[in-house]
Amino acid sequence: MNDIAISSSGKNGRLNADTLRRKEVMERFGATSLTFPGLFLIALVLLVPVLWLFWLSAYDAAGDLSWANYERMGKSIYVRTFTTTFRIAIIVTVCCAILGYPVAYLMSQAGRRLSLVILLSVLLPFWTSVLVRTYAWLVLLQRTGLINTWLQSWGIIDTPLALVHNEFGTIIGMIHVMLPFMILPLYASMKAVDPSLMLAASNCGATPTTAFWQIYFPQTVSGLSSGAGLIFVLCLGFFVTPVLLGGGRTYMWAMQIADNISLYGNWGAASALGVVLVIATAMVLLAVQFVLRRAGGSK
Amino acid sequence: MLTEPVTRTQITRGQRLWLYIVVALVMIFLVVPCLLVVPMSFSAGEYLEFPPKELSLRWYRAFLGSPEWLNALWVSVRVAVPTMIIATIIGTAAAWGLHRRTDIFATGVRGIFILPMLVPLILIAVGVFFVYAKVGLNGTIGGLILAHTMLALPFVLTAVGSGLSSFDMALHEASRSLGASELRAFLSVTLPQIRISVMSGAVFAFVTSFDEVVVALFVSSGENETLTRRMFANIRDQVDPTVAAISSLLVGMVIVGMIVFLFIGRDESQEH
Repeated sequence: MNDIAISSSGKNGRLNADTLRRKEVMERFGATSLTFPGLFLIALVLLVPVLWLFWLSAYDAAGDLSWANYERMGKSIYVRTFTTTFRIAIIVTVCCAILGYPVAYLMSQAGRRLSLVILLSVLLPFWTSVLVRTYAWLVLLQRTGLINTWLQSWGIIDTPLALVHNEFGTIIGMIHVMLPFMILPLYASMKAVDPSLMLAASNCGATPTTAFWQIYFPQTVSGLSSGAGLIFVLCLGFFVTPVLLGGGRTYMWAMQIADNISLYGNWGAASALGVVLVIATAMVLLAVQFVLRRAGGSK
Repeated sequence: MLTEPVTRTQITRGQRLWLYIVVALVMIFLVVPCLLVVPMSFSAGEYLEFPPKELSLRWYRAFLGSPEWLNALWVSVRVAVPTMIIATIIGTAAAWGLHRRTDIFATGVRGIFILPMLVPLILIAVGVFFVYAKVGLNGTIGGLILAHTMLALPFVLTAVGSGLSSFDMALHEASRSLGASELRAFLSVTLPQIRISVMSGAVFAFVTSFDEVVVALFVSSGENETLTRRMFANIRDQVDPTVAAISSLLVGMVIVGMIVFLFIGRDESQEH
């Protein structure tokens, strides 16, 4: 750059303009090319495999082009998996919103020390391996586990409750995994709320409930919807916790994909399930984008 | 503690008590399962119990004395370290490139870089398993590194990108106009300024790989079985207390990491 600065004061002004432009193009290309290794890797290990799967879904067992893999989706076993998956995803998302909102609220309002304590208790599970947490719940909830033992020793129940290897255990474990994904974006959106707006609402005669629903809550919708969208999408494709805590009785989408490969070797069926999963995921993400845009536009 | 309510629209004392109770319960729900495995792992019994009747290091010995478990740990390390190095370099380069271009092209490329976070993991795992079967990469360390690096890229890109957004580009331009080459200016001026972001990107990449279960479940096997894969199989088939010892070690690592992070964060805030 310095050599240009020196020579541009010379007589070949036109030539230097060309050099300058060429240099700029080169620099832009240089900046672009820095993304190539990453793009290449993503194409190689993500796009090619997933698109290849999509391609497979359009062929039947005999190798002919057909809709057979998608027609099979109407069968009752698939329908049951879909309903279970969506039901669990909805329950987990709603529970995370209900449990996460007060936590994020207190964290955003409390003093430095208390909010740090809350933040750490949200980050500890967030950073702990999903396997460790699932294992901990298994130990806590099993027939001879801590919760059943305590409930029995206090005389609340006579026989141990079936808390795990069913839908209940799966949902508890999934809420534990997903809750930080709700609290962190909610906290970020609550931090951005201007406290003087609540003051203004109160001056204008709003009751606490009115002020909350009309002033405070709408400003946290962006955090709420991005958290909910993320959790819903993760629930749709979640594998580890449902397998370990569901005990084979709670059959979710990702398990069906995995079993079609590892048990039945049915690539076509697994791929078709995958295509539908990607479409469902994309639709949830688009819905979140829509909500975010509306929430942003109303300001 | 909560600051005193300024107006009637803020919650009253009684309502605040409810808020405290609810939040305390949720915090117990979040933290206790993570911590409870630690005392249980010191149990001397055949099964997990709380509180343990007798203390021993039996299950730690079972972990450290088992060649299979140690091999699995070693595989995880051999995958996570190269993943961290490669993902940090590629991701930082991409973040820098995208930072210098703020047009529609950059938006599109950024979208592609976020894909590994958005595409359901089970689908990536099955797809990679399928393609690796064609080229003979299943069950290899290299194949696992490749897949994990791809999964880690969005985390590195986001971490480094946020560091760059607060970086003063004039410093970079100044060093360029003083005659430094693009690479030299980046390495000696820009990189030191954003090193904390790059380091946190590297930590994210390491954790992504070390913790990853689903892809490893399909792609790693036999000799090259990762720790998470082995743990998964163990938890599914029997509740083995050895896993409690490993879990406690992992929780301990997280707590140490959080303390270190707190201290670095404090130093940072004192610097400014």
